[in-house]
Amino acid sequence: MFSWDLLANAVVAGLLLGGFYAAVSLGISLIFGLLDIANIAQPAFVIVGSYAAYVLHDAYGFDPILTGILLTPVFYLLGALVYRIYYASFERRGDEALRGLVFFFGLLFIIEVSLSMKYGVDYRLVQTGYLSRSIEFGGVGIAFRYLVPCVIGVAMTAVLYLFLGRTFYGRAIMAVSQDQAALRLMGADPIHIKTIAFGIGIAAASLAGALLISIAPVIPSTDRDYIGRMFAITVLGGMGSIAGTLLAAVILGVVESLMATFFGPSWSLAVSFGILLAALAVRPAGLFGR
Amino acid sequence: MGRTVPALLVGLAVVAAGMVLVLVRVNPYFYFAGYVILQYVVIATAWNILGGYGGYVNFGTPAFFALGAYTAVVLIRSLKAPLPVLIVAGGLVAALLGLGIGYLTLRLRGVFFSIATLALSVVLQTIIMNWEYVGGSRGLSILRPSGPPFGNYGVFLFTVMLGLAVVAVLMARFIERSWIGRGLAALRDNEEAAECMGVPTLRLKLFATTVSGFLLGVAGAPFPYYVTFIEPNSAFALDYAVNALAMPMIGGTTSWIGPVIGAVLLGTAQQVAIVTISSELNLLLVGVVLVGFVVVAPEGILGLVRRLRTR
Amino acid sequence: MNRTRVLIATAVTMLVITVAVGLTPVARAADPIRIGLGMALTGGLSANGKPALLAMQIWKDEVNKKGGLLGRPVELIFYDDQTNPATVPGIYTKLLDVDKVDLVVSGYGTNLIAPLMPIAIERKLTVLGIFGLANNEKYQYPNYFQISPTGPDPATSTAIPFFELAAKQTPKPQTVAIVGADAEYPQTALVGAREVIKRFGFKTVYDKTYPPSTVDYTPIVRAIKATNADIVFVASYPPDSVGMLRAAHEVGLQPKIFGGGMVGLQFTTIMQSMGSKLNGIVNYDYWVPEKTMMFPGITEFFKEYQPRATKEGVDTLGYYLPPYAYAAMQVLGDAVTATKGLDQQKIADYIRSNEFNTIVGKVKFGKNGEWAKGRTLMVQYQKVQDGNIEQFRQPGKKPVLYPDELKSGTIVYPYSAALK
Repeated sequence: MFSWDLLANAVVAGLLLGGFYAAVSLGISLIFGLLDIANIAQPAFVIVGSYAAYVLHDAYGFDPILTGILLTPVFYLLGALVYRIYYASFERRGDEALRGLVFFFGLLFIIEVSLSMKYGVDYRLVQTGYLSRSIEFGGVGIAFRYLVPCVIGVAMTAVLYLFLGRTFYGRAIMAVSQDQAALRLMGADPIHIKTIAFGIGIAAASLAGALLISIAPVIPSTDRDYIGRMFAITVLGGMGSIAGTLLAAVILGVVESLMATFFGPSWSLAVSFGILLAALAVRPAGLFGR
Repeated sequence: MGRTVPALLVGLAVVAAGMVLVLVRVNPYFYFAGYVILQYVVIATAWNILGGYGGYVNFGTPAFFALGAYTAVVLIRSLKAPLPVLIVAGGLVAALLGLGIGYLTLRLRGVFFSIATLALSVVLQTIIMNWEYVGGSRGLSILRPSGPPFGNYGVFLFTVMLGLAVVAVLMARFIERSWIGRGLAALRDNEEAAECMGVPTLRLKLFATTVSGFLLGVAGAPFPYYVTFIEPNSAFALDYAVNALAMPMIGGTTSWIGPVIGAVLLGTAQQVAIVTISSELNLLLVGVVLVGFVVVAPEGILGLVRRLRTR
Repeated sequence: MNRTRVLIATAVTMLVITVAVGLTPVARAADPIRIGLGMALTGGLSANGKPALLAMQIWKDEVNKKGGLLGRPVELIFYDDQTNPATVPGIYTKLLDVDKVDLVVSGYGTNLIAPLMPIAIERKLTVLGIFGLANNEKYQYPNYFQISPTGPDPATSTAIPFFELAAKQTPKPQTVAIVGADAEYPQTALVGAREVIKRFGFKTVYDKTYPPSTVDYTPIVRAIKATNADIVFVASYPPDSVGMLRAAHEVGLQPKIFGGGMVGLQFTTIMQSMGSKLNGIVNYDYWVPEKTMMFPGITEFFKEYQPRATKEGVDTLGYYLPPYAYAAMQVLGDAVTATKGLDQQKIADYIRSNEFNTIVGKVKFGKNGEWAKGRTLMVQYQKVQDGNIEQFRQPGKKPVLYPDELKSGTIVYPYSAALK
């Protein structure tokens, strides 16, 4: 049942999906890839972003993506708070390996259950005019529902990349991930830097959540579908590499799309994780890892 | 080894107490609820061998548990094998999985192991969902063979799980007090230093994942008979992952008693909650208790007791 | 030896708790009739479980207003099974042995009914099943009865109406694409579909499944479009139903007849957000507000249900499961009244040999406790507008196409004609 048309469409769909996956994984790439904090609760924050977009859309008709962008400062503060608690409870005591992981796991659970207590388990979705359109380019169809999140995902990646490379705080974050002691000697407070970085990571979750609910219906347990994907992408891309995250996200998107089109979708999710396990076995530093 | 004989005697005493309860025929509800609590004793103890003693966090408890359960399903369907065979087989297959995943990832840092265990659950669940022989995503009804010991399955399965819990705890205790336990503690505290001192870290880690996997599979093997209907979503439920973490955390991870305390307390609380509060509040409580303990009392109840004692 | 002390303390605590639970004398008046059940109030199936429970509570309130059953008030004791089959043995054992209920009803869904079967058989209980697919096939237990109208062969209950409709159309469609989620109900539906396709002599050109966590349905829909299938049969759960439908519109999938077993398109929130995208879809349903479906008592039921549902934040229209949950209780209640007692076997015998008048019409049970004659509806969404939930309260938006005795409209064929 092969045809070039089908292949082209599958690849394009995969690329678009990859852009979206990149948006979702950026937060983890920053928090886990650079700061080495295994924040398993990240997908829960993404879902909170989805619900925020839904609530404001339902009540006031706000565009979900606009909501996502507008709420980034709020989520930033939330992230900063969470990091401070994490630092005070674990990092300071040197306990972070085991207990930090467990802390975030518990947080994931609490967030998910609180959402389902408040909003129930009905699927929530948003419909906007511009998201329902699609265009054709010589046999390849592109739905705005995927195009817009992809474009935003790529934009987010670019912004973060430039931020980390060109601004003072960005470079400070890179420095913190490499050598905290040296940074302290240079007069910057690593805790402050890490708070900023964590805050940015959670802010990214807000926007990613808005993108998520634009693509598909969401319920509180949707976060579990993304835990594995996020970490798979970050590890595959290489810890600490933002560009790697984008590339890995696109690879994952294309693989899932090709599997779904030609071999039947049942295996696409498993294959992606198979890739992760293989990567861990063969080249754990990932594609662009240090 | 001077403590082993008394320990074995204590274990036997617990089993005997269980059998007395059985003979006295306490309200049947107790056996069903008790089964779940004892199951968690095994799960928490198993998790702690790798997580508490070794410091490697396994998020993929459901994968091992479900593998034990589905191995049992395959053997029930193909050979109508008796329960002891199911238990041993379930344990061995899960042990192999532990060995495999350990070998793949334990040469890397601990956090990669944890991520790999997350991915593991997804992959395994997908495989099971596509495997018609064990019911695939539709699930499979398990017909229990008639004439169980003690007359009914509630009592029988409870006794079996009680025995398994005792075995698991004795194994954990043995490991903890042996050179294996000391080696694991060394590598938990500082892996590089341990290696420099000649501790065979890789072999110890593999040992821990294998034994932990074995016990998790053993916990899962009687599950098809308990629930009589097996399907992937409940076999791979996130509850197992969270509880396997929460119970040792609450009880205390450094000793074999910790998981037991955590499993009994949290497990009992959950069973009570199912038939009283009975809502999402139940789940919320687990999360809050977990986070609370991890932040405030990271060494669990054992740690609190120790601190009180040294005042 | 502080360790030993801690251990002893824990053991004593556990013992105390267990003794307390196990030997609690259940202090109760001799009066009420207690009906016990586990229900999915949290977890994946709670979107339907909660409305179902509400319907049962409405029944209980109405019965008690009229003086109860056998002159005694009815009490409903329920626990949350969290959509987790592992909780079911514990819940029902507690209901039976601690709460000492007189009658039991099942929870919602095949997976939650399954663990109840061995308990029911062991204790010789009469069980009313709430929407389970083929739970009794293996056991063939005579005292089990199932309230969903799927009929004697649940697997083909969606496929037969759908493909029968397809076969009747001119020009007659030839090729079929079937697709479904890797999950309980869709897999059963697909098995049924394959059987029915063979029966009608259609040609299958696509037959695949997808994991429920799929995000992007576009590749699947594209692949289906490439086959140019005349008929597209989908067996899906709510998120995939929505995803498939959206992808179909974006890709421009226009078979001659499209739909089948898409769960979720009957739910209020989804009907509201999908709006005109639903037009043309021929899908299964259990109750729609058409003239032919206005059985005695149904309007009064919705008058009571809808305000309460809105207050409790569950499915506000309630056109899917709630009437059937209510009907199940009607059957049970009528059987108790007719046999003048709570004898499980007498109640079962009565249910097996009688026809009941319920708010979903006449109900008669047949082999394995399923409905003697299946009555899954096939409806088509027609002239649906965007953003308007009130339109679904009136007839005309979802006319019944099948079965003939309940038909209330004509199909718009092919599918593309309905999109205009």
